[in-house]
Amino acid sequence: MKAYFNNIFTALLTILTGMKVTLRHLFTPSITIQYPDVKIPLPERERNRLYVNMDECIGCDQCSRACPVNCIEIETVKSLPGEDLGKTSNGKKKALWVTKFTIDFAKCCYCQLCVFPCPTECIYMTDVYEFSEYNRNNLIYDFATLTPEERIEKKENYQKFLEQKEQQKSQPQKP
Amino acid sequence: MIYEFFYNLTGNSILSGSIVALLPLFAFLLPFVLFAILLERKVAGHMQDRLGPMRVGYHGILQTISDIIKLIQKEDIIARDNDKLFFNIAPVLTFTGSYAAFAVIPFSSIFLGVKIDLGIFYIIAVTGLVVAGILMAGWASNNKYSLLGAMRSVAQIISYEIPTILVVLTIVMLTGTMSLIELSENQIGYFWNWYILGGPEMSLQKLFLIPFMLISFIIIYISTLAEVNRTPFDIPEAESELVSGYHTEYSGMKFAMFFLAEYANKFAVSAIIVVLFFGGYQSPFGYLGNSLGMTWLVPIEQFFWFISKGIFFVFIQMWLRWTLPRLRVDQLMAVSWKYLIPIAFVNLLIIGVISLF
Amino acid sequence: MSIRTEEMVLNMGPQHPSTHGVLRLELTLDGEIIIKVVPHIGYLHRCFEKHCEVITYPQVIPYTDRMDYLAAMGNEFGYVIGVEKLLGIQVPERVEYIRVIMAELQRIASHLIAIGTYGADIGAVTPFLYCFRDREKILSLFEITCGARLLYNYIWIGGLSHDLHPDFIRLTKEFIKEFKSNLRELNNLLTYNRIFIDRTANVGILPLETAINFGITGPMLRASGLKWDLRRDDTYSVYNKFDFDIPVGEGKMGTVGDSWDRYYVRVLEIEESLKIIKQAINSIPDGDVTSAIPKKIKPPVGHIYSRVENPRGELGYFIISDGSTSPFRVKVRAPSFVNLQIMDELCRGHLVADVIAILGSVDIVLGEVDR
Repeated sequence: MKAYFNNIFTALLTILTGMKVTLRHLFTPSITIQYPDVKIPLPERERNRLYVNMDECIGCDQCSRACPVNCIEIETVKSLPGEDLGKTSNGKKKALWVTKFTIDFAKCCYCQLCVFPCPTECIYMTDVYEFSEYNRNNLIYDFATLTPEERIEKKENYQKFLEQKEQQKSQPQKP
Repeated sequence: MIYEFFYNLTGNSILSGSIVALLPLFAFLLPFVLFAILLERKVAGHMQDRLGPMRVGYHGILQTISDIIKLIQKEDIIARDNDKLFFNIAPVLTFTGSYAAFAVIPFSSIFLGVKIDLGIFYIIAVTGLVVAGILMAGWASNNKYSLLGAMRSVAQIISYEIPTILVVLTIVMLTGTMSLIELSENQIGYFWNWYILGGPEMSLQKLFLIPFMLISFIIIYISTLAEVNRTPFDIPEAESELVSGYHTEYSGMKFAMFFLAEYANKFAVSAIIVVLFFGGYQSPFGYLGNSLGMTWLVPIEQFFWFISKGIFFVFIQMWLRWTLPRLRVDQLMAVSWKYLIPIAFVNLLIIGVISLF
Repeated sequence: MSIRTEEMVLNMGPQHPSTHGVLRLELTLDGEIIIKVVPHIGYLHRCFEKHCEVITYPQVIPYTDRMDYLAAMGNEFGYVIGVEKLLGIQVPERVEYIRVIMAELQRIASHLIAIGTYGADIGAVTPFLYCFRDREKILSLFEITCGARLLYNYIWIGGLSHDLHPDFIRLTKEFIKEFKSNLRELNNLLTYNRIFIDRTANVGILPLETAINFGITGPMLRASGLKWDLRRDDTYSVYNKFDFDIPVGEGKMGTVGDSWDRYYVRVLEIEESLKIIKQAINSIPDGDVTSAIPKKIKPPVGHIYSRVENPRGELGYFIISDGSTSPFRVKVRAPSFVNLQIMDELCRGHLVADVIAILGSVDIVLGEVDR
């Protein structure tokens, strides 16, 4: 009998305590925001879409090798002896034409493993997180600065250079 | 009443009858449902430190309307193995059951569908249709979750009708009337005339009645909560167990019908409680219209008070919903049979003894 | 006389609101009473273990994050400890302290989800959102530290990817202060609610012997009454420097090892984790967090089994090295996977509604069950 009334009492009491909690929250300001209109400022270490500063890139392929999901694809062509590609800001000499530098953000897992090995700190993560697309192919970003014609040209140039070298080798040396 | 008014206006009994029948729907029920759904979402949102709907209109005021537009546009899906006839009838039946109750609910001394002497009896009888509708929906859906939900719902509604009726019986015994309008008229004056505070008679008896009336109120509130399938008794549509119970398979307007019925029911049971315990449409502090000498203002005030009291209890239903977990089937039955019914009986007895003196 | 009734097979999931992901439970019912439960898993299988064989040791870390995605820090922790033991490197004290702080914050975040979703399963949606509100604060602590909110890749072999953010200590202290009152509120709203107790106490009782026989670990085992916590009993990192209790189920509202105990052990563990974090941030030494990261990670031939106490139980990594830069084999002993098998044992004879209550108290993460 005692347990019976105790049950009723605890049930009513705990329900009222719970109602007190929710009532208090009814009048506290809400913590959510109206997302696309209001945005929370992101911290400086935010890890979102990658960005590659091609002025600095020396085409060393280290980021691509560090990537656990193989989302970075880099193709390079060696520069010809006469060409000067300039230097990166930390004094590294560029020796390769980067003819392809694509990152597939559909594959990217935002782990930041590619950022640390970069010798020139040219690949880094930005705070851009709104880049959804209707077509998956649009998520493949090409960062290489060369135009398609230039890319073909560079490749051909190098090919020609190799052939010339080959020819020079095969030609009998003048006495 | 309203029927006579329209009868005099149009001179046609069928026309005036249908106007009276549709009046609660268009003048009250649809706006109420629109408002209540928004209120529910806003209450839920703010209780959970969220904002609730914010996009359509200022603070999402038009959200429900846009939802209804969406529901109307939706394809009406009937699966191959559904029992088509019953599947289509069920939502209509459920809505009819809960809407029929509005025929006798006195919104004010003149806004009242029909004035019948067995008002409260009629409501209890006619809301039985809802049970049939729900069982029909669950069975015709041909879905195991729906069936389980419907079975639970029926068991629940039937067993919770008993404590409800016992409490209603208490009031009927005390007052000797079943007419809702008479009950409301009895409680005229100030709020201490309400039955929750022992009724209009000023005597020692009133003092004794107060605690037992409070108990009666709590019992009827809990059991009506169960009758309209609200948390903590929302096991028929327990979304974490049964997806959404008997209306899992419904889409579009048929789903909206269930929704409408649910919200209509919610107000109907609140209205019963208001009439039985909280003075019906009577103002708690006397009427402004009387003191100003504008008698035409009185029914409007009455309407206002009735609606506000009703919505207050609807709000408490929402408040409970967003606070409490839900019970299990067997516990739900235990609450009814082990707690509410015995207490209601004892309460009935005590109030009977008190009213003898 | 007994009426013979037909058994009904009810398919719960893989798309069901409270199977916590893509678990499919095949329930055999007699009316609403459970006769048999067969969990079907594999809907989220992503070949984690096979992937590990073709990628290098540091590249495995982002994959470990994705197993138990609610406790990513803990997953990294276990893997990294294993590889460090294989390599035989000692990490600086500061790194260990930060790792412990992160793992404990992660434990709180994970338990908050366990508690919140458990409440939602029982029907109380509001505590769920309160839990998420608090978890959000922990996630933003992680975010300022390493930039990610869920899958961190923060604990590296031999160190950490970043040092703590300058604001981290202050914000953590603020969080702890604020969180204590929130936890009290949560207890008032849910833990001691009579309906919640009725739904969970004496439901799904797991006797200690059965728990041990099934290999159950973590809060579930402790709720059955055994004081077994790898942080103390097989201590790793710097856990032996901190003073904390191991809460066990006491059967306060019903029987030892019921669902309420499993829930309550998690609530108590949150408090213990707060204690550890407080001690750790007060005594954190200075130092460099990246100094011990080896340039080339190429462990010698050998194998190791490393285990940590993850929020869901013992998370073990069995790593075989063939001397190359990628592991020969990484086998994971996932706590959720092991804990899930108890479902049939616990559910038999209960009602359908109890399956939800029991599954919620087992607290599985499908990402870890399937890997």
